[in-house]
Amino acid sequence: MAKGMLQSNSYRHTILSSGVRTSLKRMGHHLRPKTPREFNKLWRLALQAVPLALIFCFLLSAAPAQDWVKTGTSLGVEKVRLAVPDFKPSTTDPQNPALLKTFNDTLWNDLDVSGVVELVSKSFYPLQVPGQPPEVNFLAWNAPPPNAAMLAFGNLGVASGRLTVQGWLYDVKNTQSPQVLGKQYADNASDAAARIMAHKFADEIIFRLGGGIAGIAESQIFFVSDRTGHKEIWAMDYDGSNQHQLTHLGTISLSPRISPDGSRIAFSSLTKTGWEIMMYSLDLNRVVSFPHMGGTNLSPAWSGDGTKLSFSSSRGGESEIYVSDASGGGLHRLTTAKGPDVSPVWNRKTNSQIAFVSGRTGLPQIYTMEADGTNQQRMTDQGYAVSPGWAPNGQFLAFAWVRKYGPGEPGSSDIYLMDIASKQWVQLTHDGGRNDFPSWSPDGRHIVFQSNRSGNLEIWSMLADGTKVQQLTFTGRNTQPNWSWK
Amino acid sequence: MKWLSIVVVLCTLMALGACKKKAAPPPPPPPPPPPAPTASIAVNPTSIQAGQSASLTWQTTNATDVSIDGIGAVQANGSQSVSPSDSTTYHLVAKGSGGTQEATARLTVAAAPPPPPPRTASVTDEDLFSQNVKDIYFDYDKSDIRGDQRASIQADMTFLGQHPNMNFTIEGHCDERGSTEYNLALGDQRASSVKNELVTAGVSASRIKTISYGKEKPFCTESNEACWQQNRRGHFVYQK
Repeated sequence: MAKGMLQSNSYRHTILSSGVRTSLKRMGHHLRPKTPREFNKLWRLALQAVPLALIFCFLLSAAPAQDWVKTGTSLGVEKVRLAVPDFKPSTTDPQNPALLKTFNDTLWNDLDVSGVVELVSKSFYPLQVPGQPPEVNFLAWNAPPPNAAMLAFGNLGVASGRLTVQGWLYDVKNTQSPQVLGKQYADNASDAAARIMAHKFADEIIFRLGGGIAGIAESQIFFVSDRTGHKEIWAMDYDGSNQHQLTHLGTISLSPRISPDGSRIAFSSLTKTGWEIMMYSLDLNRVVSFPHMGGTNLSPAWSGDGTKLSFSSSRGGESEIYVSDASGGGLHRLTTAKGPDVSPVWNRKTNSQIAFVSGRTGLPQIYTMEADGTNQQRMTDQGYAVSPGWAPNGQFLAFAWVRKYGPGEPGSSDIYLMDIASKQWVQLTHDGGRNDFPSWSPDGRHIVFQSNRSGNLEIWSMLADGTKVQQLTFTGRNTQPNWSWK
Repeated sequence: MKWLSIVVVLCTLMALGACKKKAAPPPPPPPPPPPAPTASIAVNPTSIQAGQSASLTWQTTNATDVSIDGIGAVQANGSQSVSPSDSTTYHLVAKGSGGTQEATARLTVAAAPPPPPPRTASVTDEDLFSQNVKDIYFDYDKSDIRGDQRASIQADMTFLGQHPNMNFTIEGHCDERGSTEYNLALGDQRASSVKNELVTAGVSASRIKTISYGKEKPFCTESNEACWQQNRRGHFVYQK
C-alpha cells in the first residue's frame, strides 16, 4: 500500500494501484469488459452461446460465483510461501498442551489473515518437524511438496510457572545462512501470555516478509455491544479474543473512537441533558470529564496527531461538523449547510482534510473538505452513502453504500472503497445483509466492519480486498467497530 | 357368540331401564296442609361507613309472596349487597297460605370519612396532554412536516396554546434503515422541525426540550413499511 499509481487501462469502477489492484486475468483478455453494462452484455452473450459458456464456466470454476472481479493487496505479486509447523513442547509440564494449542492457533491465524504470506498447507509437511535449528531438514521443506520459501518453527515450554517460547524464521532456500529471525519470549504461564507471544512473533514475521510494514497482531478493536442489556463500549483483540466491557453507564453509548496514542476513547452517550461527547481513559479505566456542548453531539473523530477532535453537534440548531481541541476547548464550526452533517473522519496522513456525511441534497452522501471547512467536495454520486473511514495511507475512503436506493430497490448496504483522487470505487462486500462502519487496521491491509449477514448484528473483519472474511463477535448485538492506530 | 349375546342383553336391559323411567315418573306428592310460613333476615356486617356495602341475607319457608321494604318483591331465599347512605332497618314480609311472618335486620351507617385528596393536577395534565397532543409522522429520510400532518400539528398548537403551563419534550425517532449516526442526526432534525413549527405558531421555546433517539428506541420492531412509518415520528412527552 505504498504508492498508489493508477494505471490508464484500469477497469472503470476498480482501483488499480500497486497497493490495491484488480485482476481480470481469469476472464481472458479478449473478454475484458470496460463497464458493468458491457460485462452484462458479454455475460448474456456467453450464456446464449453454449461453447462460450462452457469456456466461461471453465475459467470461473476455480472461483466462487461472485468472484468475477478480483481485487487484492498483492495480486500479481507472488506471495512468500511460508510453512508454519506446530511449535513443539520443550518441557514436560502438564500446562504445555493447552498453551501450545493457543500459541499455534493464534500464530497460524495471525499469519493466515495477514495477507502478506501464503501459508503452505500442513498436509504437505514432512512427518518430522523441527523444534530447534539443528532439527531443520532443508530438503524436506524447500522442495515439493511443501516447496516453502520460508519456515517458521520453534518450541514452547513451561518450567516453574514460567512460559518460554523460542521461535525462528528460516529462509530454507538459503542453506548457508538461513536464519532471518530468532526470538525468545518469557512470561508467567497463562493463556493470555501464550496468545501475546504468538502475536508478537507473528508481527515480527509479517514485518520482515510484508515490506517493512508493522503487523497488527497486537492491535485492538473497540466497539459497541448490548450484551449487558445496555449499549456500552467494549474492547477486544484484533482477532476477536479477549472481549471485555469498558463502560458501565447504563444508558446508550455509541461511536467509540480510540485516540492515536491508545490512551483515550472518545464516544457519544445519552446523558440526562442529551447526547454528549464523553471521554474514557484506558489508563484510569474510567470516564474522565469532557465539557458538555448542548444539543445533540455525535460521532467524535481524532486528528492523526491526537490534538484535535471533530464531531457532529446540533448546538446551533442543525447538525453540523465542529472541531475542538482534544480537551473540548477552542470549539468552532466547520459546516453550515442545511441537512444533517455527521460522521467526520480525519485524513490521518495529512491532518488537513476531513471526510464526512451530509444529507444536504437529500439522501446522505460522502463529502470531503479541508480541515478549516473550505473546499467541500461531494464524493459519492447516488444512493445512500455513510460511515466514511479514511485509510492510513490517506489515499482511500472505505464507506457503507446502498448504491441503488429507492422503492422496489431495497439494495443491500455494502462496504466500498474509493480512491479519493480519482473517485473510482470498488465494492468489497458481496455477501448480502447490511454492512456498515468500516474501520481500517493500522497497516491499512484490513478493514473491520459490522454486518447482519449472519442474522444478527456482529463484527467482522476482512482484508482490504474483500477476502479473508472473519466473524469476530458472536454474543449480543455488536456494532460500530473502531480499530486502534497501532 | 357369547360376547355378542351379553352385549345384546345389556343393551336391552339399558333400553328397558330407560324406557321404564320415562314410562313411570314419580307421582306428584299429595298437597300438604298449609303450614305457617317462617322468615328470617340478617345483615353482615351490621354497621358500615357510608359508601361501603353490606350483605343482606334472608330465608323463608312456606311463603308464596316475599318482599323487603325498600327493595320490593324478592325470591324466597336470597342475598343482596346493599350500601345505603343512612342507617336502615330492613323489614321482610313473607306471606303464604298458612299466614304471614315478618322479620327485621338493622344496618347502622356511620358518617362518611373525609373524601380522599383530589388527584394531583399534574397527573390530570399529563393525561390531558397524552390524550390531546398528537405525534407528527415523517417521510423516509425527511424532516419537514408533510401535508397530511398539518391537521395534527394544528391541533397540537391549539391545545398547547390553551395550556401554557405545560412543558414537554419532543423526541425525534427514525426507522431501522441506514446508519446509527446519521439517523441520530436525522432524528434531531425531526424534533427541531416540530419544535420550530410550534415556536413559529407562538408556543414558547422555553417550554420545549428536544432529544433524538435515532433508531435506538423504536416503537415497532418489524421490518416493513407500516412499522417503519410508526417509527419515523416526532413523539411528544409531557414534562413534569
